[in-house]
Amino acid sequence: MLESIDLTLINWSRAQFALTAMFHWLFVPLTLGLGFMVAFMETIYVKTGDPEWKKLTKFWMKLFGINFAIGVATGIILEFEFGTNWSNYSWFVGDIFGAPLAIEGIMAFFMESTFIAVMFFGWGKVSKKFHLTATWLTAIGANLSALWILVANAWMQNPKGMQFNPDTARNEMISFWNILFSESAVNKFLHTTTSGFVLAALFVMGISCWFLLKKRHILFAKRSIIISSVFGIIASLMLIGTGDSSARDVATTQPMKLAAMEALYTGKTQAPLIAIGLIGDSNDDPVTPESEEDFLFKIEIPNMLSYMAFLNVDAFVPGIKDLVLGNEAHGIMPYNEKIKRGYEAQQALKALKKAQKSDPETYKLIRAQFEDQQWINNYFKYFGYGNYYDPDPEQLEKNAFKLVPSVSLSFYAFHIMVGLGMHFLALFIVVLWLTFKNKIETKRFILWTAVWTIPLAYIASQSGWIVAEVGRQPWVIQDLMPAMSAVSQIDSSSVMITFWLFAITFVALAIAEVRIMVKQINIGPKEGGD
Amino acid sequence: MFETLSHLALQQYWWIIISLLGAFLVFLMFVQGGQTLINTIGKSDIEKTMLINTLGRKWEFTFTTLVTFGGAFFASFPLFYSTSFGGAYWVWMIILFAFVIQAIAYEFRTRQNNVFGPKTYELFLFINGFIGTIFIGTAVATFFTGSPFSVNELNQSRWETPFHGLEAALNLHNLSLGLTVFFLARVLGLLYFMNSIDDESIFTRARKHLLYNAVPFVVFFLTFTIWLMLRDGFAVNPNTEEVFMEPFKYFNNLLTMPIVTILFLGGVVLVLWGIISSLITTNTSGIWFSGTGTILTVFSLLLLAGFNNTAFYPSTHGDMQSSLTIMNASSSHFTLTAMSYVSLLVPFVLGYIWHAWKSINNTKITKDEMSSDDIHIY
Ligand code: HDD
Ligand code: HEM
Ligand code: HEM
Repeated sequence: MLESIDLTLINWSRAQFALTAMFHWLFVPLTLGLGFMVAFMETIYVKTGDPEWKKLTKFWMKLFGINFAIGVATGIILEFEFGTNWSNYSWFVGDIFGAPLAIEGIMAFFMESTFIAVMFFGWGKVSKKFHLTATWLTAIGANLSALWILVANAWMQNPKGMQFNPDTARNEMISFWNILFSESAVNKFLHTTTSGFVLAALFVMGISCWFLLKKRHILFAKRSIIISSVFGIIASLMLIGTGDSSARDVATTQPMKLAAMEALYTGKTQAPLIAIGLIGDSNDDPVTPESEEDFLFKIEIPNMLSYMAFLNVDAFVPGIKDLVLGNEAHGIMPYNEKIKRGYEAQQALKALKKAQKSDPETYKLIRAQFEDQQWINNYFKYFGYGNYYDPDPEQLEKNAFKLVPSVSLSFYAFHIMVGLGMHFLALFIVVLWLTFKNKIETKRFILWTAVWTIPLAYIASQSGWIVAEVGRQPWVIQDLMPAMSAVSQIDSSSVMITFWLFAITFVALAIAEVRIMVKQINIGPKEGGD
Repeated sequence: MFETLSHLALQQYWWIIISLLGAFLVFLMFVQGGQTLINTIGKSDIEKTMLINTLGRKWEFTFTTLVTFGGAFFASFPLFYSTSFGGAYWVWMIILFAFVIQAIAYEFRTRQNNVFGPKTYELFLFINGFIGTIFIGTAVATFFTGSPFSVNELNQSRWETPFHGLEAALNLHNLSLGLTVFFLARVLGLLYFMNSIDDESIFTRARKHLLYNAVPFVVFFLTFTIWLMLRDGFAVNPNTEEVFMEPFKYFNNLLTMPIVTILFLGGVVLVLWGIISSLITTNTSGIWFSGTGTILTVFSLLLLAGFNNTAFYPSTHGDMQSSLTIMNASSSHFTLTAMSYVSLLVPFVLGYIWHAWKSINNTKITKDEMSSDDIHIY
């Protein structure tokens, strides 16, 4: 069965989505964080009336504008792509997924685009108070934009608050609040927005340190450093806290992702957390039944993984092989059983469709099944696994291993993110301390570190999404819909063409954006605050 | 309060909202129309800068309306979203690219070190204005003329031609709407320039070009409308949900829904009055008449496509029963109810937009302002 699937189409569609989403995400985090920092600065300006603060505000605001435009340009691509490239997905979950997108438009995008206009064009035309309000509303609007799309993404990772309707062949919403306030959604929103704050704080701090290195705009730079490092410390603490609770959430809702993040093949109680590790090449992706743990080198924190995942050092953390092959002692159902049950659920849907026109009795019977909570929990729950069914048990066993995500990508992405998160916190503290002691200008090493941490912030941030998205493969909707049944039926060559068109456009845009940004930084803040 | 409404009532409510958003979108495409006229109306660099800045204060609006229109359509009629976007792939991709290049053009055009030079960004604006209007108009025309797709029993759709939407451009009736929208957008763009720029020579030139664009607009609009009134339409039997062809369907819809007829005719009169009054007097408020008229006309056209037992996204590929109606393409009762509560925010959103714009738009744009220091210049 799997042989009949057009893998080229799926892979090009995935590559295109990954490319466009990651490009969008290059610009979004700065918007999320810089908006608030600009608002703090303007608040101080309005409170003190000191024109130096106006100068500060306007300089960072200009960079905000350049970055914002390209964030908008890339966001619309993702919205279109759900329909153009993932049309079956758009129907299967549109009843739930569409709503956050629409609310985002109505609530957040309009708020942002209206008040950003006041922020840019309103200097001297509206009162100071109104201008300040507009700046705050722009920042809040940006973060509201993030809220709704993240709720949608969290729902895909942990589908809740819906029921499958076999008549329409889609999932339908039954509780708005369960979707909005699911554990995953709350974690995702808090962790992602705070990651944007941290990135923006590093951006402001890095550029200010560069001014200090060049001995330009000294007072300006120091003030920016104080704002950004204080903001950065608070945000970093929140980021680490919410990252920790995200991991706990992943442990219960997506155990396979957690196992891949830690490259854990065989489950353990008192499992250690790997602080730093290098995976050997004997366990190349993809994972097979023979794969074994293989580290060239690792430093472990004893018991930490069990504790992080379940707040209990004695807890059992299942490995990849426990999850695929099952582990009776710990009550883990093997994937081949899940596949069979999913297949049965899919067959039930087919039978229902067949009976719908001709055989009302049978139709009623099957329809009742789809409402029976027990059947839902035991069969429908594994609906998506059915795509991996094969009548030949040996082939089925092989197919089960196709449900394992890329281990090395998940592992490295996760460890890079966490490691950098610690580095960022330490750096903020050191820089703030030195600034208070009035020694920062002479510490060239620290200043250069801050400058070079700007690209690291972007790397950490992209890594976070790689953990989240690669770790859940092949699911688009966890356990219900794999990428292969989400994709639009178009020829792969069309997707290939658009992929390259996007790639070329993005390279051109990125070059222009970076050059403009660097030039504006070089020009620096203008005297007199304009 | 929305829970108590029937599913059909909610579907109709949401079709009204979608139609309104579509209507505002077409009106706001005066930005796109204006973008195609920058070199025609602006003769010197400073004039061009004035024109671009006049449009630049509004472009986000059109863009956000487009985004919200898409999101709301997805949320309320997801089967349309999956069928049309997934099927007419190339049409939507072309529209998409046209908007991507617009979004950066304003911000980057005059910045130092922008790599490609201001001319390139001006070209982007032109392409956006040209393609955005014609393709969106053509795509909307398929609401009346139909598209080659089929939907299976699991509601998965497939497109039946390898051109993935480009075939729509070969249909002359579709094209007549595309060109109508194009020239309408230019007319509105000119009226907007006349209204918001305080400059003698720009005003005179805009007025001259108003006539040149109004004539083809009226010709294409009449072609589209008369053709629409005469053609067979895709009707739905409300009891069996069966789709069948009905002669003069859209004309019949007008007769059955007199309110829509009034909106439509009133809209047309207002558009024309906005144009004519600007041509014969020195009045600068034409944009308000033509703008309101555009909203009413497009609104009523979209109501014609979806109401009165009509299939709003007809399938022409032998399989007429795949056609989408507001009944079979919509979200569940629960989702439409939840979304309806969200829609209560709309008047509030419109309120703050109005307030914000009024407070920064009190003064007209002048040459002096373009060289002042205290604003964000594109
Ligand atoms: C500056 C960026 C940054 C930094 C330093 C961190 N994170 Fe993070 N992380 C993100 C930026 C990010 C992100 C880009 O915002 C993600 C992607 C998806 C999401 O929810 O947030 C993410 C996802 C993400 C996930 C996956 C959630 C899911 O799949 O739903 C986990 C488990 C963590 N993070 C855990 C951590 C921990 C324990 C950190 C400790 C320092 C940490 N992150 C630092
Ligand atoms: C902005 C940050 C994001 C990044 C960097 C990102 C990254 C990725 C990557 C790398 C993939 C491909 C995974 C693979 O092929 O193995 C992917 C797939 C996907 N992501 Fe995300 N993603 C982001 C946000 C989102 C959000 C917010 C959503 C939903 C609201 C989403 C929905 C999807 C979908 C539908 C796919 C395609 C199906 C699939 O291959 O899983 N992504 N994303
Ligand atoms: C795949 C999922 C996503 C889609 C479909 C999407 C959609 C969009 C769209 C359409 C815009 C342009 C808005 C405008 O017209 O002003 C935009 C911009 C933006 N998006 Fe995304 N986005 C996605 C992922 C994300 C994520 C993961 C975040 C944050 C966590 C985010 C936050 C923002 C922000 C802050 C902007 C800035 C511009 C604005 O709000 O207008 N987006 N996005």
